[in-house]
Order: sequence, then C-alpha cells, then structure tokens
Amino acid sequence: MNPKTVLRVEDFAKQFFIHEQQKVIPSSSNVNLTVESGCLTALVGPTGSGKSSVLKGIYRSYLPSEGSIFFTTSLGDTLDLAKADEHQILDLRRNEISFVTQFLHCLPRQKTEDIVAQPLISRGVKPSAAIEKARQTLDALNIPERLWGISPATFSGGEKQRVNLARGLIAKPRLLLLDEPTASLDPVTTNRVLEMIEALKHENTAILAIFHHMELVERVADQVVTLEPPVLTESILENIA
Amino acid sequence: MRKVLEVSRLSKIYGPGCPSCIEKTGPEYETNICPDCNSVVAAHDMSFDLYQGEILGIMGESGSGKSTAVKCLFFDQEPTSGSATFYDQGQTHSLFDLNKAQQRRLSNHRFGMVYQNPHLGLNFDITAGGNIAERLLMSGLDHYGDIRERAIELLARTEVLTQRMDELPRNFSGGMQQRVQIAKALATNPPLLFLDEVTTGLDLSVQAAILDLILEIQQQEKTSMIVVTHDLGVIRLLADRTLVMKYGRVIESGLTDQILEDPQHAYTQRLVASAL
Repeated sequence: MNPKTVLRVEDFAKQFFIHEQQKVIPSSSNVNLTVESGCLTALVGPTGSGKSSVLKGIYRSYLPSEGSIFFTTSLGDTLDLAKADEHQILDLRRNEISFVTQFLHCLPRQKTEDIVAQPLISRGVKPSAAIEKARQTLDALNIPERLWGISPATFSGGEKQRVNLARGLIAKPRLLLLDEPTASLDPVTTNRVLEMIEALKHENTAILAIFHHMELVERVADQVVTLEPPVLTESILENIA
Repeated sequence: MRKVLEVSRLSKIYGPGCPSCIEKTGPEYETNICPDCNSVVAAHDMSFDLYQGEILGIMGESGSGKSTAVKCLFFDQEPTSGSATFYDQGQTHSLFDLNKAQQRRLSNHRFGMVYQNPHLGLNFDITAGGNIAERLLMSGLDHYGDIRERAIELLARTEVLTQRMDELPRNFSGGMQQRVQIAKALATNPPLLFLDEVTTGLDLSVQAAILDLILEIQQQEKTSMIVVTHDLGVIRLLADRTLVMKYGRVIESGLTDQILEDPQHAYTQRLVASAL
C-alpha cells in the first residue's frame, strides 16, 4: 500500500434488508477507492448511486454488507473499519475521522460556538482554548459574530451547513468525510469553503467528498471516483435464497 | 480509554427455573414466561462492557428486561448466573462474588443509582440535604460542616435551590426530586452511574434540563454511565453504544447512530420506524 494512503475501500457493498416487506434494497455496490494524505478524492455519480452510503459505511453509521475499508491510523496501524470493534470506531471518531453530513444534528439548547468547540474538547483541549478556536473557525466561514452565542436551530440552511463544516474541520482530522459540503452556499461562501479544504490538504488531511457540481470537482479533487447505480451482489442473493 | 466494567453472560430468572426456561422463551417465542414452570426469564445471557467516560444505553419496552442488568449491578437483585468485573483504582472486583458488606461499600462509595421513581432513591422522611448527608456519612465523611458544605455544593450543581435543602422531598416537584436524587448519587464522585428511566414521566422542558445535566456530568467528571430507557430520543442524545432488548434477550447491539440509522433486527426496525 502506498505510504500516503490513509483509506482504501475494496469491493464495498451495502444492502438493506427491510424485514417488514421482506425486501433487500441495494444501496451501493462494487465500490473501490483510495484516499491519500493531503489529497481529495471526489465521489460522483447520479442520485441513488450510493455515495452517501459509502461515507456512512466508512463512518460505520451503516454496517457494511461486503468488502473491506482499510484505514491507516496515526500510529501507522492498518485496520479494517468494516470489522473494527465499536470502541476502536468511537476512538477513531474522537481522534482521527470527522464526518460532515448535509444536516446539522444538535441540541436546540446549545450555543453555536459550543457545538463547534465540542470535537476539540473531547480530544482534551481546554474549553477556553477550544471556544477561542471555534470562534476563529466560525469567523473564517463567514458566520457573523452575533450568531456565535445562540443555537443554530433558527439558522438558515447555509448557515447550519457552515456550522456543521466548522465542527468537522476544527480538529484537523486525518480523514475528513464530506457529504455535499457546499450544497446550499452562495458563491462567496463556497469559495471560502474550498479555500479551507485546500488549507486542510496542506496540513495532510485526507478528504473523501461527495460533490454534485463537476466544476467544484475540477477545482479541488486530486482523484475522481464515479459510482454506478447499485446492483444486488451474488453472495447476497445466495444468502437470501 | 480504560475499561471500567465487564459483564459476562448475566442471567436473571424469577421463579424455580427449569431446562425449558431458556429454550422456550425469548423473541422467537414472544414471551419471557416459561410455559413449563411459569418462571420469568427477566434477562438471559447479557454480555457487554463499559469504558471510562462512556454512556451505554439499554433500550427496550416495558418487561423486556432492560432494567435487570443495572438492578443486579447495583446489588438490588441477585443474578441467577453470570459474572461482572468492576475495574477501579487499580483493583479488580468480581461483583457477584463479594459479600454483603463489600457490596454495600461499593454501592455507597463507587456507584450511583438514579431510579425512575424517586421514592426508591430518596428517603422521603428526611430533608433533601439530609438525603445527601446520609450518603456522605455512609462513605465516611463525618464532620457536620463538611457534609453540609458538600451537600450545598451538590444541590447547587444540580440546580436545586439551596435555600430549600432543609425541606422534605415531598414538597418538591417531580423534576426537582430527580435533581435531588442525582445530587445524592453524585455525592461520592462515583466513577460509575446507573440511570434507570430517569426522565420518564417528566415534562419535556424538565426532561431536557435533566439530560443536559447528565451530559455535563459525563463530560466534566468522565463518569461512566448505563442509561436504561424506552425513549429513543434519550438514547440518541446520551448513548455512545446501545443494546436493544426484547423478551429478556439482547437482540441487537452497536454504535447508537448505527442502531438508529441501520437497525438490523425486525423489532429494532419497527421501533425506529415508529419513532420517526
């Protein structure tokens, strides 16, 4: 394996079995990709080709149905995220892997700056220093200062997305998973986000990102992986039969 | 992260027990009552571990056996079989092999329990402050001034008006009683806390405040917790990992977001689908 490779996904597939309807729903299949340190791999393909399922499978919000997801840790160990135990996954989520989804899930009672500072605090950074860093990150993403002390519950879609990004970027993860990071942003803010992505690449973060606009892919991607609509894999069909 | 607790093959059967108890109960039979001897298999073959600062959720409906593990671990019930190891300050305690005095010592000093029903966790004949003092006395603190000072500190922490510490718990609202219970459970800074349906039956705003308090305690003290609840919202908010129980068996376990987004078992799929 290339020493710069942080993530290597081999023959990944995800299917859901819906008990109520006794149905198998294929969500991704035949996914192969690598992500290298300091590089961005873009995941593209039509709606329904399973791009988000790949990210969720890597983060283990979904249990992968097939394939391997080799991740090289900061200590240089390689482990298969598809099989790693839950404590290992929790530890990696705390220290090495961040996931920025399209939607912000947070408590309606938390201040924006606290939400953004959270990943640093759980890595042991002092709360005052973490909040300071959170404010800098929010500022860099064009979130006005008057919003830092209130909950993002009432924010616009674009503002929520930037809060979500700020939280994902703040701890400078080794691997960053981005699900349409600029979907609801205006051109100025989109540029800011792309600048931050470039800055993270310079700090050796490996990034796997879903984009819909090819123009953005051309601007930031080092590698492009195109997904095809999923098919049911034979081994799954055998298992059902 | 350090392992705090390891539970292995814990079972609890109420009744005489017979060979059919295990064979003829569980989710496939849709019962936890043995058809041959009428024993109740409250929980069978539960295994899980818990790390420092981690919150483990145990989810299930009434009668699924979800409270059984914490009742056994807090020594409120005696397990039928199984083992539990508690790792604390360089020592290893095999919980179900300890004598009563050793068990009391652990439950007074090193564990905290918060029950759904405040009558179980609080002595309603003595004041709120007295309830906390009682636990501090049992843990060896015996200077009146120190005890009172610590009680004031704990009540302030859990946002109970300290002016009311000399009132009886029955004068308090349900949410306030839960706060006093939490203050009492926290009195000895226990590394392990059991929370059994602590927000059930409270107003939504009160629930939210109690859940915030629990998260704050976990973050500041790195307390390990087992949270028993039927409420998916509580699980989503608090638990890192979750066990799902039905008819006395663990039918599914995993990372909480995975359990909620990609549930594997038919029952969990139904549960998640009905909540969203």
